[in-house]
Amino acid sequence: MQERLKELQEEAIQRIEQSASLKELNDIRVAYLGKKGPITEVLRGMGKLSAEERPVMGALANEVREAIAVKLETKQKGLEEAAVLEKLASESIDVTLPGRPVKVGNHHPLTRIIEEIEDLFIGMGYQVAEGPEVEQDYYNFEALNLPKGHPARDMQDSFYITDEILMRTHTSPVQARTMEKHQGKGPIKIICPGKVYRRDNDDATHSHQFMQIEGLVVGENIRMSDLKGTLEIFAKKMFGEDREIRLRPSFFPFTEPSVEMDISCKICGGKGCSVCKQTGWIEILGAGMVHPNVLEMAGYDSKKYTGFAFGMGPERIAMLKYGVDDIRHFYTNDVRFLKQFSKHE
Amino acid sequence: MFVSYKWLEDYIDLTGVTAAELAEKITKSGIEVEGVEILNEGIKGVVVGHVLERVQHPNADKLSKCLVDVGEDQPVQIICGAPNVAQGQKVAVAKAGAVLPGNFKIKRAKLRGEESNGMICSLTELGMEGKVVPKEYSEGIFVFPADAEVGVDALALLNRDDEVLELSLTPNRADCLSMLGVAYEVAAILGREVKLPETNLEPAAEKASDYVKIVVEAKEDNPLYVAKLIKNVKIGPSPLWMQTRLMSAGIRPHNNVVDITNYILLEYGQPLHAFDYERLGSKEILVRRAVDGEKFITLDDTERTLTSEHLVITNGVEPVALAGVMGGANSEVSSDTTTVLLESAYFSGGTVRKASKDHGLRSEASARFEKGVDPKRVRAAGERAAYLMAMYAGGEVLEGAAEADTLTIEPAVVSITLEKINRVLGTELVMADVKDIFNRLQFPVSIEGDLITVTAPTRRGDIRIEEDLVEEVARLYGYDNIPMTLPIGSSTPGNLSDYQKKRREVRQYLEGAGLYQAVTYSLTSEDKATQFALEQRDTIRLAMPMSEERSVLRLSIMPQLLEVLKYNSARQNDSLAVYETGAVFLANGVDSLPVEKEHLAGAITGLMLNNSWQGEKKAVDFYVVKGILEGMFAKLGLTERVQYVQAQVEGMHPGRTAEILLGSEKIGFVGQVHPNVQKELDLKDTYVFELSLKAVLEANAPVLQYEAIPRFPSITRDIALVVNRETVSGTLREIILTAGAPLLKEVHVFDLYEGDKMEEGKKSIAFSLKYLAPERTLTDEEVTKVHERVLDALKEKAGAVLRG
Repeated sequence: MQERLKELQEEAIQRIEQSASLKELNDIRVAYLGKKGPITEVLRGMGKLSAEERPVMGALANEVREAIAVKLETKQKGLEEAAVLEKLASESIDVTLPGRPVKVGNHHPLTRIIEEIEDLFIGMGYQVAEGPEVEQDYYNFEALNLPKGHPARDMQDSFYITDEILMRTHTSPVQARTMEKHQGKGPIKIICPGKVYRRDNDDATHSHQFMQIEGLVVGENIRMSDLKGTLEIFAKKMFGEDREIRLRPSFFPFTEPSVEMDISCKICGGKGCSVCKQTGWIEILGAGMVHPNVLEMAGYDSKKYTGFAFGMGPERIAMLKYGVDDIRHFYTNDVRFLKQFSKHE
Repeated sequence: MFVSYKWLEDYIDLTGVTAAELAEKITKSGIEVEGVEILNEGIKGVVVGHVLERVQHPNADKLSKCLVDVGEDQPVQIICGAPNVAQGQKVAVAKAGAVLPGNFKIKRAKLRGEESNGMICSLTELGMEGKVVPKEYSEGIFVFPADAEVGVDALALLNRDDEVLELSLTPNRADCLSMLGVAYEVAAILGREVKLPETNLEPAAEKASDYVKIVVEAKEDNPLYVAKLIKNVKIGPSPLWMQTRLMSAGIRPHNNVVDITNYILLEYGQPLHAFDYERLGSKEILVRRAVDGEKFITLDDTERTLTSEHLVITNGVEPVALAGVMGGANSEVSSDTTTVLLESAYFSGGTVRKASKDHGLRSEASARFEKGVDPKRVRAAGERAAYLMAMYAGGEVLEGAAEADTLTIEPAVVSITLEKINRVLGTELVMADVKDIFNRLQFPVSIEGDLITVTAPTRRGDIRIEEDLVEEVARLYGYDNIPMTLPIGSSTPGNLSDYQKKRREVRQYLEGAGLYQAVTYSLTSEDKATQFALEQRDTIRLAMPMSEERSVLRLSIMPQLLEVLKYNSARQNDSLAVYETGAVFLANGVDSLPVEKEHLAGAITGLMLNNSWQGEKKAVDFYVVKGILEGMFAKLGLTERVQYVQAQVEGMHPGRTAEILLGSEKIGFVGQVHPNVQKELDLKDTYVFELSLKAVLEANAPVLQYEAIPRFPSITRDIALVVNRETVSGTLREIILTAGAPLLKEVHVFDLYEGDKMEEGKKSIAFSLKYLAPERTLTDEEVTKVHERVLDALKEKAGAVLRG
């Protein structure tokens, strides 16, 4: 009997080891450990044994059962793991195939530049002021110290609608309107972005419609040194800390003294190249101290109040910053152009 | 203004300052120097040669064979193609080994079998612009005066060993439209003296006033008229140095008398005019306004019809010049002229501007009058020109001048305090600094305590108010030396308005939904201006458009966006989504500004989803675009107030277009572009929307208030309804929501069937209804009761029955 049990154990273990599937394993379980299995059969014959032999044989039978059960469990785990691995292996995919595209658009490059400038000045306490694109001659010219017949009106040939109404030639009328609204009181700190129009033929460097962004600060004791400090912060934030700035005296009818600001050329590092016309400098904006006539016309006491103003062209800035070579790209809206401005810099 | 460095040295010592350094200094103190041209750059090996012999080339009709002395041991043979080459001429010779502009190297060569050891040059070949070359040399080589020394550097003789500064002058600095004005500017920058030109002559016996009488009727237009008389003039070429200076400044030499007037124009900034005295035919100059319709032939042989706004110089009867603009053919100086009447006058800017504009005659002279000449230089310029005519035209200058003078010269006297200068600039200048600056400018200045009083010289008509003095101090002190500070005083909050914030959110949202932002033109054609307009108004037209294509202000953005799609579609980008925000312009009466309304438009064409290798493709349809709008309205908190109503919009698909209502206001539309329009533009199915962004952004969103998250489960009931095909889901939804309140919380469509299993004219539409009570668990009976109510309402109001 003892031998028979040992035999069964060996036989079962061998079959377990040879089994290749969970089903086979289950069959073995039923065959050896089931109620009709050979071990149960053997145990049935225990009645013939002596009282001394019986517990010994019982213990042995349990040992055999236990050994088979352990073996079964180990084998089953092994087979299950193998099955999982096989399944995972069969599920493997080509991770280099492209993902499901998510369509995302982006800002027009001019909006991108304008928002960048707006945010920079908002951080310095400015508000964003807007105004009409079709303007009265008064706000576009006269309130800005450009009376009718002024020679500087030559500099901006304009799209008139009637004698008194025209497409604004700059965003400065927003400054005039804002000052008027403040009724002679300060402080004012605004930045004015918007579309402007001039009677130009469209070509690589001219556009009859373009963007402008201007700033205005009016208060008691606003100094030219404040303008210089403000423009310095702007230039370094916008074009990089390593850029140098240069202020040159200039002329605008609405400011006195007037300034033009150059930044050192990024392409050649100031040595001179075709982009900066061999000068090492690139003109970026015009500015100045608000002309007393402009302040007085808007209702300010120019003895008490001073101010500074500055203005620049987002197209020009975008062209310099991104190396765009033709202003018409901004208004053609070729998607191959537009989509290039989605990335962070 | 072109400024020759060598010429400028006549008036100011430039020792130790190169042209490039000078350019930098001038730029930094206020006048932008756009460039410095080195006139002989890249040219070498060009000398004066003497043509000893000229014979016809044996093998070529148009070539000459010349033997030329170039100052070497042996004369050299040169083949020349110029028609005007002749024996005995002194010419510019580029010797073998010479380099001409454009890195053009001259080599020994054989031309049609004859050896050529160099090239005889024209002025354009030496780098001069064709338009400044004297007419007699424009078709051939240049010929030097006979006394030119053989073998010397020809470019030096042509004054090409010089550099020219190109000044870009702003309208306020007309004083620098003259060499003397530039000299004063440079003197102030360098702190050096100005040397004035020579004008003194021996007095003559006869008096100018015996030859001519000046009468000015239009005294306001012409407060000062000075006429000098020069007798026994011999017309001929002006000296080479004068010709070359004129050419460097961009003016073509003609003859000695005309060249001298142009030379003075450049030197003094005072335009002059030389009349042939004999041809005037009278002893009187009468300056008056023209008569309307009066005819006059200017010296360009063009007949001009004048008006009473034009000022004319007459011989007492008929015009001989259009004042300040152009002389007449009837009194022009010619090779026979012997007596010259030289006009030096002060004409008002407005008069000259009007005439030059009306007749399209912009000249160096008119530009200077328009900007204002220095009244104190009128006589001096005349004297200087007369002096040069004596020197270089053999003339005899008569004593004095015939004049009419009603000009009052009142130099501006401006006072400012040192404190004000420092307050405006943010500087800490002391009185000595400021005084030094005005001294350098040669502005007479007096100081009393803190008060500085400056008398502006008449050449600087731009100096009128305190701020002009601040600018003079700032620019000569140096903008570089002004400190950098930030504004002090009461602070202001920096922020965007709610409107601006929401506009940015809308842009970002649309871009997140796949639309690119476009920016198009506000000006369009008459046709396009009104297409897709939300409100029809009269169009607003420019008085003087540049083209018909850009002549009218737009009333809608859509036509431009469709153009953008068309443009891209034609370039293999036929799946594209774009949007634009911008103003449209609504006429508001002729004398008022139009109403500018900010609109938002979007256009989507082709595939919305294209995941090619997984075979997923989805073309844009109405619901894609509507979904984008719904998302936008949800973000703005307006979902509850927005409705879509089936509508007809011109240019849009009649069955696939909806008007968008905000409350009861119609704010825009959404739908498919009419297939005919799509075909015209060669577009695939295209869905668009345009709405008043202003209305949307100005609408108040409901207050954002937290709502408790339900702690009890909801019960969902799905129903499939059979209704007439015309019944729209929106109507059914409204019925369900009304009948199901308050337990019914959500309802949404989850299926639509219009296939052939349905009875003719019917469709099936399925809704999912979610019931919820926030404070308790709903019982089945409760829900059933409400649900029955919903079904009854649907049946009663829309004839909707449950699908069997």
